[in-house]
Amino acid sequence: MLPTLLGSHLPLGQPAMTSSDAGPLAATSPLAAADPGSLIQSIDWMAIAPPLIAALAAIAVLLADLFLPAGRKKALGWLTVGGLALALIALLPLAHGDVRSTFCLRNVAAATDTATINGGACSYVADHFALAFQLLALGGALIVALLSVHTVDEEASISGSAAGLPAGEYWFLLLSSATGAALLPASRDLATLIIALEVASLPAFALVGLRRDGRGAEAALKFFLSSVTATAVMLFGVSFVYAATGSLHLSAVADGLTHAPAQLKPLAEAGAALTLVGFAFKVAAVPFHFWVPDTYTGAPIPIAGYLSVVGKATGLSGLALVTTLAFRPYGHTWGLALAVLAALTMTAGNVAALRQRGSTAHSAVRLLAWSSVGQAGYLLVPLAAAGYADAAEPIGATVAYALIYGVVNLGAFAVVAAVGRGTGSRLDDYAGLFARRRWTALALAFFLLCLAGLPPGIVGLFGKVVVFRAAVDAGLGWLAVVMAVNVVIALYYYLVWTAKLFAPAEQPLTDRRLPAPLAATMGLTAVVAVVLSVAPQLVLQVAGGSLF
Amino acid sequence: MNAVLIALLLLPLLGAAATLAPFGADPEAADRRALRLGVAVTGAVLLLTVGLAVGFDHGTPSRMQAVTDLRWIPAVNVRFHLGVDGISLPLIVLTALLTFLCAVYSTKRLPSGEGTPSARSFTGLLLLLEVGMLATFAVLDLVLFFLAFEIVLIPMYFLIARWGSGQRVPAANRFILYTLLGSAVMLLGFLLIGTQAGTFDMTELAAAHGRGLNHTTQVIAALAIVVGLAVKAPAWPLHSWLPDAHTAAPTVGSVLLAGVLLKMGTYGLVRVLLPIVPDGTATFAPYLGAFAAVGIVYGSLACLALARPGAKGDLKRLIAYSSVGHMGFVLLGIASLTPVGVNGALFANIAHGLITGLLFFLVGAVKDRYGTADLDTLAGATGAALYGRAPRIGALLAFAAVASLGLPGLAGFWGELLAMFGAFDPAAGLSRPAFVTYMVIAGLGTLLTAAYLLVVVKRVCMGDPDQPAVAAEIPDLRPYEAVSWTPLAALTVVAGLWPALLLGLSDPAVKHLLGGG
Repeated sequence: MLPTLLGSHLPLGQPAMTSSDAGPLAATSPLAAADPGSLIQSIDWMAIAPPLIAALAAIAVLLADLFLPAGRKKALGWLTVGGLALALIALLPLAHGDVRSTFCLRNVAAATDTATINGGACSYVADHFALAFQLLALGGALIVALLSVHTVDEEASISGSAAGLPAGEYWFLLLSSATGAALLPASRDLATLIIALEVASLPAFALVGLRRDGRGAEAALKFFLSSVTATAVMLFGVSFVYAATGSLHLSAVADGLTHAPAQLKPLAEAGAALTLVGFAFKVAAVPFHFWVPDTYTGAPIPIAGYLSVVGKATGLSGLALVTTLAFRPYGHTWGLALAVLAALTMTAGNVAALRQRGSTAHSAVRLLAWSSVGQAGYLLVPLAAAGYADAAEPIGATVAYALIYGVVNLGAFAVVAAVGRGTGSRLDDYAGLFARRRWTALALAFFLLCLAGLPPGIVGLFGKVVVFRAAVDAGLGWLAVVMAVNVVIALYYYLVWTAKLFAPAEQPLTDRRLPAPLAATMGLTAVVAVVLSVAPQLVLQVAGGSLF
Repeated sequence: MNAVLIALLLLPLLGAAATLAPFGADPEAADRRALRLGVAVTGAVLLLTVGLAVGFDHGTPSRMQAVTDLRWIPAVNVRFHLGVDGISLPLIVLTALLTFLCAVYSTKRLPSGEGTPSARSFTGLLLLLEVGMLATFAVLDLVLFFLAFEIVLIPMYFLIARWGSGQRVPAANRFILYTLLGSAVMLLGFLLIGTQAGTFDMTELAAAHGRGLNHTTQVIAALAIVVGLAVKAPAWPLHSWLPDAHTAAPTVGSVLLAGVLLKMGTYGLVRVLLPIVPDGTATFAPYLGAFAAVGIVYGSLACLALARPGAKGDLKRLIAYSSVGHMGFVLLGIASLTPVGVNGALFANIAHGLITGLLFFLVGAVKDRYGTADLDTLAGATGAALYGRAPRIGALLAFAAVASLGLPGLAGFWGELLAMFGAFDPAAGLSRPAFVTYMVIAGLGTLLTAAYLLVVVKRVCMGDPDQPAVAAEIPDLRPYEAVSWTPLAALTVVAGLWPALLLGLSDPAVKHLLGGG
């Protein structure tokens, strides 16, 4: 709630500057001159409902934590699940009808009579792009919450309240982070974008380190340092862009870049480059990917899943917005840069995943961590293609792939969480899983084959097909070939893992029943993945239409 | 919308799903039930395909029949388009037949031993494999074709890696990585065609016959598709996964790998490459022909080397290399771009499926009885003397060997003859001297083929029955073996004596594809 308003009020104070001498000081003048009535915005509450509900749920959880007795803390988890489900439902009415936008500059523009700001400069737009990423962020958070219900319970009871996971804080942080992740894809100015990104990231640092053991603290510190560096670099870049273009609104920035005076060109270019570097950190693109495996293994497993899906989605949606909307005039430059980045990222991630040995500790999570770096490479391909194509159409492939990846990757993490509680999280612990837990093994095999993009994981295959198509369409043949080679490398390690599941059982049968929340998470993700495999159109439709 | 092809795909899919259901507490009874389920489902599929063949309008085999055309994924322009014509019908029947025979054979002779999974998993994988194989020959959409192409990988991987012998896991890995790299490149070719032409529909693209695709697009797409399909076929020099996979695979896996999976590659060349990117194909046809000719000689020489006394040659490996040679004839016929050559290629496809399927069954039986497929161990000093010790198996092996070397009157003869005819007079625009050279090399290959197969017959079938051997008692043909092999032997004779049965189906369809429109 707070960041939402903060983020969207900021642009109110912005003047429409065309010249370079405008400084922040000038920002006060339009406020003073304007008719006070025009400053009272009419807010479209429907449009901002999804992040708003998540934010309200976060506050509700925090308050409820104060009053609930220790024995009833379990209810907080279900409150979180309910809040996220409600936020997801709030997406439904937005999916049909016109694109809704709010926190627009129209009033100020009229009052100050500046011609340079076009009427469409809004800070919050709930278009199809935003809705798809909000679905991913809130849906992903919902699955993570379901997954966490058991983890929080178990860790609290095992390690005692001192070292275990504190329930109230855990749920509050998760909801806050989800709020930021849901706000980000809808924000359309650089200030809101950065605030949303920080709202999504800051709670995540705490979530990683919440377990308060040595590993968790180290993981959180690594994650924190690299992320803060990224933010600093990005802010630096944004300040340059603002100086060069005189606006923070993405569409106005695009205008400003085309018409920027010659002496400001280097400034604008440097600003754009630094902003992209910042986002590359967030997506964990090469060479900013080193924090990933350590952070994932140190964090509680649901949080690792959250970072791999929702964390990645926030970085990715921000990158997509900034490149295709704001920096469109530099399309070919960042197109090439992103293409190279994509090729390097997928290769580095997959090769490192290939080198994981089954007998080392936490190798299952490490493998998923490296494979998520590889997958981030695939996700960047359509963004690169969008730089070459003159439309934002290829972005749809990224959205579709991200949705598919979100479902199956969280499913895989759910299985890892389920298996890890009994035996451990080495890859070798998965040998013979089929003999011990038939359906768990089948579900994991299905998720892994979806990630690999091999039938029967049809939805994963089509996800790759649309990404390939975006690359081929844009004339990035070499990138498509690099990706094809990477798909084969990735297939190998996914397949080795899958084959392990069906190896002869080494351990005796265990008939410990799976806790209901874990079973529900696995079942939910598996059912969604199977349904999408039968009817890929459900998710691939976002790859076809226009998103913005 | 026609239910037959959908039922054909749905039936084994449901069967595969059914193997996940509990089959009773007693593992042995559960295994027996699962194997019986496999026979029942594959038998029903075979009956359906026979019904399809009977109901097929033999007057117009060039027309797509039993067509289903539904919207599936409008976002990527993929339609659920199925149909059969004279080219795919024989392959569908062959697939259903071989899978059924494998299911029957497996009820009595399933590879067992330490670490072998249950028969339920086996049945499930076999049925899933059948879905992919049938789908490959029935689909008429490029993306669907790619999908079907990929479906077979996982079941075949597990069949080799879990039920195989020797270096089975590396062999299975090699198989899947080679094929996948090939098919990923092939997909890029498909996508290029799809984005340039605006459709993935094979019939529409074939009717356009390359219109709407400029020369550069066609050349790049043809290159990508040829590479992908050549890995599968396999064409020399992309064949190196095949001998390992065959050596390690269980009998049933080898039969289906040689009998059906290799055909998916050559079928794709005929169905996709020739009609859809004719200009690109014409550019690469001479190279394809050259590789085919090299493959024929290379396969035969490798077999000769393996058949030599003292070479420690594995019989399954030998037959795998012979497949490289035989598929070389198929590729040569396709590369000639003439109706004669392509008809010959399609005929040789079916013939190779029947004969090599039979050969792998026989070699599997020999390996079961002796515990080894090593030619030197089998033969001992004089020869394994199957004629004396197990006369029926010996006779069948000799029959399959002479069929494979192309004896007139048996199935192996027509396809290779027609393929060479095609090369003798290649399509307009192709260099005649080059293709005549390929034909001469291929002719040399037939001699070498005859040489090694006769050596094999001599070393395995003949010899002194009283010499000390690895296995004391060799049981002759068992009833379940007779049941699963007789149809293949009978069809080899039928196709050899009555080639018009197949050529009448394929010829109009081939002319239609080559001519466009």
